[in-house]
Amino acid sequence: MEYMLFICTDPTAPAYVAAEDNIVEWGAEMEARRVTRHGNRLRPVEDATTVTVRGGEVMVSDGPFAETKEWIAGYDIIACADLDEAIEVASKHPMARFGKIEIRPVWPLGE
Amino acid sequence: MVTAPTDAQAAVEMASAVETARITATLIRVTGDWSLAEDCVQDAFARALVDWPVRGIPRNTGAWLTTVAKNRAIDRMRSAASEKRAVRELAILTELEELPDGSGGNPGADDDRLRLIYTCCHPALPLDARVALTLRTVAGLTTGEIARAFLVSEATMSKRLVRARAKIRNAGIPYRVPPPELISERTAGILAVLYLMFNEGYSATGGATLIREPLVREAIRLTRLLIGLLGGSPHEPEALALLALMLFHHARRGTRTDAAGDLVTLEEQDRGSWDRAAIGEAMALLAAAEHMGISRRSRPGSYRIQAAIAACHMTAPDAGGTDFAKVALLYDHLGQIAPSPVIELNRAVAVAMSQGPEAGLALIDRLEQTRSLDGYYLLPAAKADLLRRLGRRTEAYREYCRARELAPSEVERRYLGKRLAETGPGSSS
Repeated sequence: MEYMLFICTDPTAPAYVAAEDNIVEWGAEMEARRVTRHGNRLRPVEDATTVTVRGGEVMVSDGPFAETKEWIAGYDIIACADLDEAIEVASKHPMARFGKIEIRPVWPLGE
Repeated sequence: MVTAPTDAQAAVEMASAVETARITATLIRVTGDWSLAEDCVQDAFARALVDWPVRGIPRNTGAWLTTVAKNRAIDRMRSAASEKRAVRELAILTELEELPDGSGGNPGADDDRLRLIYTCCHPALPLDARVALTLRTVAGLTTGEIARAFLVSEATMSKRLVRARAKIRNAGIPYRVPPPELISERTAGILAVLYLMFNEGYSATGGATLIREPLVREAIRLTRLLIGLLGGSPHEPEALALLALMLFHHARRGTRTDAAGDLVTLEEQDRGSWDRAAIGEAMALLAAAEHMGISRRSRPGSYRIQAAIAACHMTAPDAGGTDFAKVALLYDHLGQIAPSPVIELNRAVAVAMSQGPEAGLALIDRLEQTRSLDGYYLLPAAKADLLRRLGRRTEAYREYCRARELAPSEVERRYLGKRLAETGPGSSS
């Protein structure tokens, strides 16, 4: 199954410690296990743009569509046997400790 | 042969308690379809209710029910397969047709039931859904029965169950007994679900008691089932201790309220009316859990300690004869493995009973300063009891007032009202 990991910030999480950031090892392990498909960081919400089309008119606004204290800082598309494996993969990601990770199953069109 | 309808109905009820989980679990494993499996099992019991009074109770009720449920599943899969001409459905059909009918003789049945329980209690499901799904799928209660036990409408409960099954499928929650690295945490999760189910039924008082009895009964029955399936595992002692804890509480069921539906505290309950058989079984279970824990070198978990505390209360000849020093010590252990301000409050009460009200009051004052129990009515209630025993009636009265304002239900407010009247101006006690 495919899942998308939303890597989120969390104001209540412990402060970031660079020495405890194992993202390189995580990436290497998940690639070796053929779990990760595609993933990256995302620029902060200051760089976000929201687009809506209403009555045929394109409206562009600055910023994210929802103002929250938590925002998505990155994403990974992973392929796993089941949710338990996805939980294991997410729990090893450094942002599970410094932020939080939401696991969402990918829903292919036509299913 | 015609069987008396009541006999047939009793046989169906008994078979439902024993066979539901096994048949449902097997059908889910083969078809992967939770609602289909539940529907087919329910259909089989509905057929039994019609069939058995007329044709007699089959010699092997489990095999009869398995065959009917299986054939129902085959019919449903066959029509699904012809609609979609799907290869997967045809493969499932073949497997269904090869399923053995016999109950007990199927060596995979225990694994199937365990798989079902672990999946129903998966932590990715909301807690209320875990309880509801376990009652529906493992215990075989109908959606209506579960809805009534939780005091919600049948539509609400049905939605909750549909959501839970959809999440199992859509989120890829695996249908299996978890691997060794997860089993400890997941088994603790099952025990928590069963204890929650029990408390949900047990904490109901007054007029609600009757309708919540199924929760208590099913929690006890499912814990027994789990113990049977966990034989030899490192989690067995905690599961035994949980069952002991439930039975200790359950033994007092008839004495917790009086004829008027008013609350009767542990000290004031009629100990002669406690269920001796349940207490005896609970003592034996606790002894077995402790023995097993020692031989397997596993440290006592929270259920073993809570059951040991309950044992102190349940075996005392009267409230005054309780070994409160031991109770205080056990609460101290419990606080170390599962720190909580409620446990600290209980410890303070036990200290007051063994060392005197002042010692307990000092602990409660310290706890109150942390403000972690702000709004919890049992703190002022406990404080009031100790102040009353010290003869500090004005302060006791004030604390009873506070407790009554915070009490969550009418039964507790009435109880505190009585205490208020005893300490209030003009009373003689």
